[in-house]
Amino acid sequence: MAFPHRLDAPELPDFSMLKRLARDQLIYLLEQLPGKKDLFIEADLMSPLDRIANVSILKQHEVDKLYKVENKPAVSSSEQLCFLVRPRIKNMRYVASLVNADKLAGRTRKYKVIFSPQKFHACEMVLEEEGVYGDVSCDEWAFSLLPLDVDLLSMELPEFFRDYFLEGDQRWINTVAQALHLLSTLYGPFPNCYGIGRCAKMSYELWRTLEEEEDGETKGRRPEIGHIFLLDRDVDFVTALCSQVVYEGLVDDTFRIKCGSVDFGPEVTSSDRSLKVLLNAEDKVFNEIRNEHFSNVFGFLSQKARNLQAQYDRRRGMDIKQMKNFVSQELKGLKQEHRLLSVHIGACESIMKKKTKQDFQELIKTEHALLEGFNIRESTSYIEEHIDRQVSPIESLRLMCLLSITENGLIPKDYRSLKTQYLQSYGPEHLLTFSNLRRAGLLTEQAPGDTLTAVESKVSKLVTDKAAGKITDAFSSLAKRSNFRAISKKLNLIPRVDGEYDLKVPRDMAYVFSGAYVPLSCRVIEQVLERRSWQGLDEVLRLLNCSELAFTDMTKEDKASSESLRLILVVFLGGCTFSEISALRFLGREKASMMLFCCPPVAS
Amino acid sequence: MDCYTANWNPLGDSAFYRKYELYSMDWDLKEELRDCLVAAAPYGGPIALLRNPWRKEKAASIRPVLEIYSASGLPLASLLWKSGPVVSLGWSAEEELLCVQEDGGVLVYGLHGDFRRHFSMGNEVLQNRVLDARIFHTEFGSGVAILTGAHRFTLSANVSDLKLRRMPEVPGLQGAPTCWTALCQDRVAHILLAVGPDLYLLDQSACSAVTPFGLAPGVSSFLQMAVSFTYRHLALFTDTGYIWMGTASLKEKLCEFNCNIRAPPKQMVWCSRPRSKERAVVVAWERRLMVVGDAPESIQYKQLTIQVLLDRLVLRRLPLAIQICEYLRLPEVQGVSRILAHWACYKVQQKDVSDEDVARAINQKLGDTPGVSYSDIAARAYGCGRTELAIKLLEYEPRSGEQVPLLLKMKRSKLALSKAIESGDTDLVFTVLLHLKNELNRGDFFMTLRNQPMALSLYRQFCKHQELETLKDLYNQDDNHQELGSFHIRASYAAEERIEGRVAALQTAADAFYKAKNEFAAKATEDQMRLLRLQRRLEDELGGRFLDLSLHDTVTTLILGGHNKRAEQLARDFRIPDKRLWWLKLTALADLEDWEELEKFSKSKKSPIGYLPFVEICMKQHNKYEAKKYASRVGPEQKVKALLLVGDVAQAADVAIEHRNEAELSLVLSHCTGATDGATADKIQRARTQAQKK
Repeated sequence: MAFPHRLDAPELPDFSMLKRLARDQLIYLLEQLPGKKDLFIEADLMSPLDRIANVSILKQHEVDKLYKVENKPAVSSSEQLCFLVRPRIKNMRYVASLVNADKLAGRTRKYKVIFSPQKFHACEMVLEEEGVYGDVSCDEWAFSLLPLDVDLLSMELPEFFRDYFLEGDQRWINTVAQALHLLSTLYGPFPNCYGIGRCAKMSYELWRTLEEEEDGETKGRRPEIGHIFLLDRDVDFVTALCSQVVYEGLVDDTFRIKCGSVDFGPEVTSSDRSLKVLLNAEDKVFNEIRNEHFSNVFGFLSQKARNLQAQYDRRRGMDIKQMKNFVSQELKGLKQEHRLLSVHIGACESIMKKKTKQDFQELIKTEHALLEGFNIRESTSYIEEHIDRQVSPIESLRLMCLLSITENGLIPKDYRSLKTQYLQSYGPEHLLTFSNLRRAGLLTEQAPGDTLTAVESKVSKLVTDKAAGKITDAFSSLAKRSNFRAISKKLNLIPRVDGEYDLKVPRDMAYVFSGAYVPLSCRVIEQVLERRSWQGLDEVLRLLNCSELAFTDMTKEDKASSESLRLILVVFLGGCTFSEISALRFLGREKASMMLFCCPPVAS
Repeated sequence: MDCYTANWNPLGDSAFYRKYELYSMDWDLKEELRDCLVAAAPYGGPIALLRNPWRKEKAASIRPVLEIYSASGLPLASLLWKSGPVVSLGWSAEEELLCVQEDGGVLVYGLHGDFRRHFSMGNEVLQNRVLDARIFHTEFGSGVAILTGAHRFTLSANVSDLKLRRMPEVPGLQGAPTCWTALCQDRVAHILLAVGPDLYLLDQSACSAVTPFGLAPGVSSFLQMAVSFTYRHLALFTDTGYIWMGTASLKEKLCEFNCNIRAPPKQMVWCSRPRSKERAVVVAWERRLMVVGDAPESIQYKQLTIQVLLDRLVLRRLPLAIQICEYLRLPEVQGVSRILAHWACYKVQQKDVSDEDVARAINQKLGDTPGVSYSDIAARAYGCGRTELAIKLLEYEPRSGEQVPLLLKMKRSKLALSKAIESGDTDLVFTVLLHLKNELNRGDFFMTLRNQPMALSLYRQFCKHQELETLKDLYNQDDNHQELGSFHIRASYAAEERIEGRVAALQTAADAFYKAKNEFAAKATEDQMRLLRLQRRLEDELGGRFLDLSLHDTVTTLILGGHNKRAEQLARDFRIPDKRLWWLKLTALADLEDWEELEKFSKSKKSPIGYLPFVEICMKQHNKYEAKKYASRVGPEQKVKALLLVGDVAQAADVAIEHRNEAELSLVLSHCTGATDGATADKIQRARTQAQKK
């Protein structure tokens, strides 16, 4: 196999502790409302909740019926109602309408709202405005880190990307800092911290303040994890916009992995039922193919199937005793493997049907052309055709954004015509989509670039270097140029390949994009870890508009074992893709073991 | 022997008592105690006296004097009472004097008569006036219970964290209860009150009738009740002359005693003597005192913790307190820091020292001592009316979040806002925003927001969900026409259902976009208005659903419905580019399987998208026959692809060989998967080797 497990890989910290902690806290909160109660759960908390406490645990703590928080009146006859919700204003209105309806009917019940992961003042205010504040008791379930796998944690904050990167709303930064604080209380202080991006910097600073306030708690503890790396999603939008071609990424793109599990429909299971499959390291078959380029997966699976068959076949020629042994010891394992194998073969087939068509190959070809920066005209017409044919609103948008970011914005003519075509194809309401994308810097019009540079250079001639730097920063933040081309050259993101790139035995992280592109985010992480600082990356930082927003912090911690120094925690603020996870796992195998945690992948 | 018992007097049949003086009171009272409101602090604390001129019919013109004495009668403070009529006095556990006024205002004074703060018991109390009030002590702190003129109770269980609770109504209560008391059970404050022969227990949600266990019958009224300091025991005095003593839950009786006096006592309190561990009730009438009781109970000093003890000591002797801490080896946070903080709080009350000097002195002495909260000291300074000093002290507070509440109180909201933003706590920012919103007029409020982008985005998020109109005003104020446009577009979907309304909203949006110089968005919006109107007309004339389809889908729907002329017209009106129109028609006609019309269309003029798409779409509909027709018309560049699509691998190979195109050759080769393709594969391989030879 291309990815053998390294025997010298450091041992991973026990993330299941987080799960136990969250469960205990939830149980405590439920017990605060003694007796039978009905539980109303917000839809997007259901999957995370399921990973923490299943229905039988809830029943043990006298949860009677479960309801989904929906936009319709609930019919619950319980005397006690408990709401498990995110701190959203619309949820507060829902609770208030329920309480007020009871009041009108002259009915008194007990109400409790549990906010996850934290309570916001605005929510309490809405309850107050609706006149039910005194009737409802409020609590917080500080559950922000969900372990999805041995090396993967998820901050279940679906609004993070939109709130922070689009609306400039910083309220989740506190949650991030709290989560980091929790990690350092559980797994010891982090001797080395690195970060890039405004959000990373603010979270880091707030985290430090929290640690100082609770001085002494983490002191004296042996660090279990040697490094932490915080990275803002907007440092690298490009990678998130590329089609994924490693197995786990493809499964995500095709079926959507939610909270570490996926619903395979009838087309995969080849039965009339769909199947919920947990995707993690415990699935031995999946674990071997998750990080593989898709072109290897089918071959691997069929080899596996043949091996399995061979093992089954050993039965022939067995005597009774051997057969007894076989049935009692091996058969169960084989059957399990058999089941997993058929699921993944089914998934593969389904992906192949959708993705290996000519269309998909053309799409990948266009993406690669955009990344490398050639045949821009051709790619633009491809995108236009994509829109004209109404292939997929999301894909079309993704391509437009990729074009915009790699080219520092679209040229005005294309910007207008692509948008017009898009509106004609997918509906005029997307005018708002464009306005949002522009604000997030994902889809922009080329600023009359020359004039800007001209002003810049003129200004820099007039004033001293330092001030000029500042002014340039001001300008670049104004235009938010992505400078992808220059960064790509500087960091060597497009590997030069002589002959065919060997996807079976990859030599760098580019394999996650068929050898065409090394994910920018991962390359930055690699470079910094190699240098153990940002030294020598000034130019890259300037191009990323992050000169002021990168930091390193090393404590002289001699207590850190060499084992722990090989563990690195990477935090993607705003989500990450499975391609990036695969790439970093590859890097980890080369150098050290990595862990990652992230907000759910960005769906742009 | 005689001399030992000589000063003991018999009390009842089996008990004796003696009287001796511990110390004499040092005070020199000008008033008679009976005309005064009197409050003695628990645990031998100070005594407050306020002559009560308001009790008399005619209001006195002279202002009364509030006097504070130590437990032994040493005068500590004396000040002229300038506020309104006082109903009740009481000391909190922190030795703060609470003066409950008739209007429900509560004024708080320190041990030395220094004014600390004031708070109100709420509007209901203000309207109905205070009839009676009690100050009581719980494990959380000290509480105030009020009986209003409307015979309703309002209470706060902890005056340092004021939360007002209005207790439920007592059914059928006409006049004031004959007697009542505040009780604290299971960490919750209740009110027990007597109305005629009935006792009621009020908690936050309900009023329930209760009966004392084993009470002798015949009671038609309870004249007096007393609860012990720990809230464990209760004594009731009935109009039949009985004293019932039992647990506060009323479920157990300790004893019952008939004193044969039916006049209501002036006062009844629990007392106990530590040595004999005897529980007793002292009942006082005008000229008679009676001690009743026998069962043992240990006296509870537990509520008086070392911390409280120190706090009380600090006010009297600072060095002694510090020595005690050192002797007891108390951790800094509990001990010395606490004392220093107290000292600082005392220091800020020295009115003759300038703000600078006080601030400097405090900072020098306290430095960064852990556990010292500069914001608390600042709060005290503010309480003494020294706002500037408070601000100076706040600057020493390292946690910016801690500065905010006091800054708000001092009405320095803008400073509070920047401190809140500095703290990174968005919730705190939001709290300040709401303050500002109420404090400033709208224009100023918006102006303040404008300078604080972080606060602005937070407020916008809130408005988006809760106050849409404000959001609009915010954009207006900033002349943010782009966002205004987006706002109206959103409104056209969310708020409006009638077409006319939607079109009007869109028109407003378009106007805003023009103002924002976003011509593209303006034009797009105008197009949408046109499309909406047209879709409406189509629905009226043709039936079916058109509204909210995209332009592309509208035209497709028309073609699928056989309205080709209309479709053409629409395409012209909205200037649909040729390429799109061809894709659209091709797909729609193939969906209809109208192959004849498709062929006609393909020949109408030269296809702007080539003929490969025709092959693709026909194959998607599994019509190989039609697909082949178009494959022949595909240009040479895409010929191989077209032939492969219709499955003609052999011919594709021929074309590729003819083109001598390596990419095409390998493409064809990758399609040679069928059993019959072996020959073709060989042919390609041969061609390749030949090409290499050349």
